[in-house]
Amino acid sequence: MHKYITRRILQFIPMLFVITIIVFGLAKAAPGDPLTGERLDPRIDPAVYEERREALGLNDPIHIQYWNWLSSVATGDFGTSLQYTGRPVLELITARIWNTLYLSLFALGVTLAIAIPIGIYSATKKYSLFDYGATTFAFLGLATPNFFAGLLAIYVFSFLFGWFPAQGTSTTIGLTGFELFIDKLRHLVLPGFTLGLASTAAYMRYMRTEILEVKGSDFIRTAHAKGLSSQSVLYKHTLRNALIPIITLLGLEFGTLLSGAVITERVFNYPGLGTLFIGAISNRDYPVIMAINLILGVSILVGNLLADIFYAIVDPRIRYD
Amino acid sequence: METQVQNNMDANPDLTAQTTEKSLSPFQLAMRRFLKNKLAIAGLIILTIFVIVAVFADVIATHNPTESNMLKVEAKGDAENWLGTDSSGRDNFSRLVHGSRISLTIGFFAMLCTVVVGTLLGSIAGYYGGRVDGAIMRFTDIMLILPFLLLVLTLIAIIEKITITIFIVIIALTSWPNLTRIIRATFLSLREKEYILGARSIGASDIRIIFKHFLPNAIGPIIVNATLMMANMIIIESALSFIGFGIPQPTPTWGNMITEATSLRILENNWEAWLPPGLAILLTVLAINFIGDGLRDAFDPKSNH
Repeated sequence: MHKYITRRILQFIPMLFVITIIVFGLAKAAPGDPLTGERLDPRIDPAVYEERREALGLNDPIHIQYWNWLSSVATGDFGTSLQYTGRPVLELITARIWNTLYLSLFALGVTLAIAIPIGIYSATKKYSLFDYGATTFAFLGLATPNFFAGLLAIYVFSFLFGWFPAQGTSTTIGLTGFELFIDKLRHLVLPGFTLGLASTAAYMRYMRTEILEVKGSDFIRTAHAKGLSSQSVLYKHTLRNALIPIITLLGLEFGTLLSGAVITERVFNYPGLGTLFIGAISNRDYPVIMAINLILGVSILVGNLLADIFYAIVDPRIRYD
Repeated sequence: METQVQNNMDANPDLTAQTTEKSLSPFQLAMRRFLKNKLAIAGLIILTIFVIVAVFADVIATHNPTESNMLKVEAKGDAENWLGTDSSGRDNFSRLVHGSRISLTIGFFAMLCTVVVGTLLGSIAGYYGGRVDGAIMRFTDIMLILPFLLLVLTLIAIIEKITITIFIVIIALTSWPNLTRIIRATFLSLREKEYILGARSIGASDIRIIFKHFLPNAIGPIIVNATLMMANMIIIESALSFIGFGIPQPTPTWGNMITEATSLRILENNWEAWLPPGLAILLTVLAINFIGDGLRDAFDPKSNH
């Protein structure tokens, strides 16, 4: 067990370095550098320009530049934004990262709360009307692009019914405590369900398939044969085994949610990392682009690591690999 | 060798008749199962309709899809502009019809490029194994960890000028890893088969073994994944065009038509502008997914999903 976890963590470290190398490489591949604007400025003396390049380390060999960049990133210094002149990238990100986390967690909560019960019920009532209904929903959910689902949600639930706000994170200024919480929650409903739609559809299918698969195994027949109630067989034997692969998928889901958030946040004008990222892409704000790439890449890597470790804890078979 | 077999068969017409009647190739068997799948056939019909619309877009469209009429913007549907006009005064119906051409073309070619890259890398990794396999699979792992959409957008920001070809190449270069894994796994399981050993022992070259023995046996998973991938490509193209980093205006695609709806005024008042292209994407993707699932059941009748 400890050996497996140690080995998995040791594999994690080189991957971390590779990600930083790729992000650094992309930043270098991008046209221009922090001083491009000044080189084109005729009022600036070429000698001064060269001096400033030297001071910023832009003339250093590439591996020195990488090392300098990596050491500043390690202390949380991602440089300054080009688009919001002079503002530290870290400040821009910390101002928005919580909104994206709330949104992703809400979507994940929606996914699990809907997909798992429906998947279980579909599997126990295979080929019933309910099962067909769930299958139809899953097909539609997987075929609807995230942004189109969001627009439909705004049109129906915001414009036609007026139940939920269409944009942003809060409407009334000056709310405090519980009222503020409710207001924020109301703003999360539409983007949260939109972001969770595709994964809800997918997990519903996974859950159904897994349960059907486990139901066919010998130990379930044994459990039935020794006279356990069908409730007990379902919850104690079938479900526990069927949930194991779902855990690994959840580790990978993290990346899908964060990527999906880029589009969803755009539809709902939700001030998170996604809208910051899109703004940065439009303005070629490379320091911001690279910082977000790095942060999300590392989060996904950590998500996968945690899923693997958790998998090893709940499924003893994996440790002998 | 082959002509000799042919001659033997010709010499015995009875035998030829018997073999063609009784033993269908696995591929033919799969096609037979596929044709019995009602949903898959429905998908095939819907997709065919969209393809016909795409091919005859010039005939079906009532206006030039890129021509603006500034005197008539954000109009509701009427006898002249069936689905109204967009914020630049272009005819929505004609853009919808022409959009099918761009969206399907990009979906198809992005899929094709990805399949070529994915199959090639997967074949090499699965066939040679060892260090080559290790290197390719580590690279695949890294590609899978980078958030896909962010990587694509970053590349788009670096390249700056996006044409349809560059767009397809970017998508293909970033979305091969899943297919590579599947092809590699299929190859690894085929490696141990006796007929591969047989082919090796009579001195067949690597290329011949890959193309004559491995790929035909891996064709099922390739076709199924390619189909489902095309649906995914159409969604990716539309999403990127929607946020404004896909195919630039005025070229109509379903995705950049929906961009109109980022204005809440248009979203609320002009459903003609964004609902039809959205439904077109939904229907196309649904149809392709039905076909893909039908193919999966046809090639692998044992699977239950």
